[in-house]
Amino acid sequence: MTMNPTHTDREYEADLHSLRERLLLMGGLVEEMIRDALKAAIDRDADLARAVIERDKQVNRSEVEVDKLCLRILALRQPAASDLRFVTFALKVVTDVERIGDLAVNVAQRASELAADPPLPLPPEISKMSEVVQVMLHQALDAFVRSDAEAAEAVAQRDDEVDALYRQLFDRELALMRSDPAAVDRAARQLFLAKHLERLADHVQNVAEMVIFMARGKDVRHPHSREAED
Amino acid sequence: MSASRPKLTVASLTAGFGENAAIRDISLELHANAVTAIIGPSGCGKSTLLRCLNRMHELGAGAWVKGGVRLDGDDLYGAPVDPVQVRRRIGMVFQRPNPFPSLSIFENVASGLKLSGMPRKDLEALVQSSLEQAALWDEVKDRLHRSALALSGGQQQRLCIARALAVDPQVLLMDEPASALDPIATARIEELIHELKRRLTVVVVTHNMQQAARISSHTAFLYMGELVEYDRTEVLFTNPKVRRTEDYVTGKFG
Repeated sequence: MTMNPTHTDREYEADLHSLRERLLLMGGLVEEMIRDALKAAIDRDADLARAVIERDKQVNRSEVEVDKLCLRILALRQPAASDLRFVTFALKVVTDVERIGDLAVNVAQRASELAADPPLPLPPEISKMSEVVQVMLHQALDAFVRSDAEAAEAVAQRDDEVDALYRQLFDRELALMRSDPAAVDRAARQLFLAKHLERLADHVQNVAEMVIFMARGKDVRHPHSREAED
Repeated sequence: MSASRPKLTVASLTAGFGENAAIRDISLELHANAVTAIIGPSGCGKSTLLRCLNRMHELGAGAWVKGGVRLDGDDLYGAPVDPVQVRRRIGMVFQRPNPFPSLSIFENVASGLKLSGMPRKDLEALVQSSLEQAALWDEVKDRLHRSALALSGGQQQRLCIARALAVDPQVLLMDEPASALDPIATARIEELIHELKRRLTVVVVTHNMQQAARISSHTAFLYMGELVEYDRTEVLFTNPKVRRTEDYVTGKFG
């Protein structure tokens, strides 16, 4: 969505601007949560994990605010064209961002449990997954800011990479559990942690696909389940 | 754009007054039994385009028209065509309700019919059916011979629609038909437009974009006398192809 030229009605312009800012703030917040949750896992830092869990309240409050603002704009302004796509985008995307926050909380919970256990080195797939997921989220938010459908497409495609890493890790953890029954607890927690990251990437993919819709007005979701369109 | 046959075909239509062209080189096909909305800022030429469709534009001083309009394939601007006949086939309703002030409700509706010398009984039946089609019958059936001016604004507008329908037109042109009415009267007119499209083709000029979105299947956006975009209404209001349309429907026009 291009911000130029601006709306003749300045209050309307301000409402749309504020919606955009809130979404971005919320996105920035969950980005930090993921980063810190993974840092907590790597550094075995239970305090940091707790701080992440605490921050989720802020994300939940933002979700309610964004919903409220969207409803107000829909009711009072009757947005059209790219404005309409933006407001409906915001309504949907806010749910994904909130879920990303929840998953960051889940990662932090696993990190907190792992911190209490005897140390077990984090497998390289987890580091790689966390790196990719963070980049994906950052780029998805960036694509949103610039309304850049191409960048969003690139983000959506990276989900496959995360899925492949997860499968690879799954096999590795299974092998570890077989060879060292004493590590089963910890390996299972690591596997859960990786599963959270894999789900996280799915939500980022949703966000990216909706950015494409917002920018181009073309729905790219579920290409195989769609009936022929005109 | 659509499989349905065009009722009206506008081909390279240019029209204006004196040295000024109000619309330039407009071509579009209007679908039968559908409502087409024409939107655009003041002075964009939407009323001129509407008036060219039934040859009313040429009644203005210094008015001229180039290009063509076809109704079911018949050239409305052809040499042997009587413009009065065109206006019977393509009726018009205006922004301000304009019933004949000295005539009764009945006489207003019958005003276009009397000229054709119809028996009284047939005339009464036709007036009733026209008022029914205009969703006004139940409100006026007990006072048909009172002055039309005793009606409310919304009723007067429906009376004008009944008057236009009485001569059995194939197309109804409406120039801002609800802009002088309150929201309830507006909703009645919009509901009526939905009904009317079953029997005829409707073209509505409106300033109100939400109204265009509510009532029409296709929308044409005019700007400075040119047709900028013409598409299904849903497309035009959710994903227009032209930047100017986007700016207009989102309210970004300076």
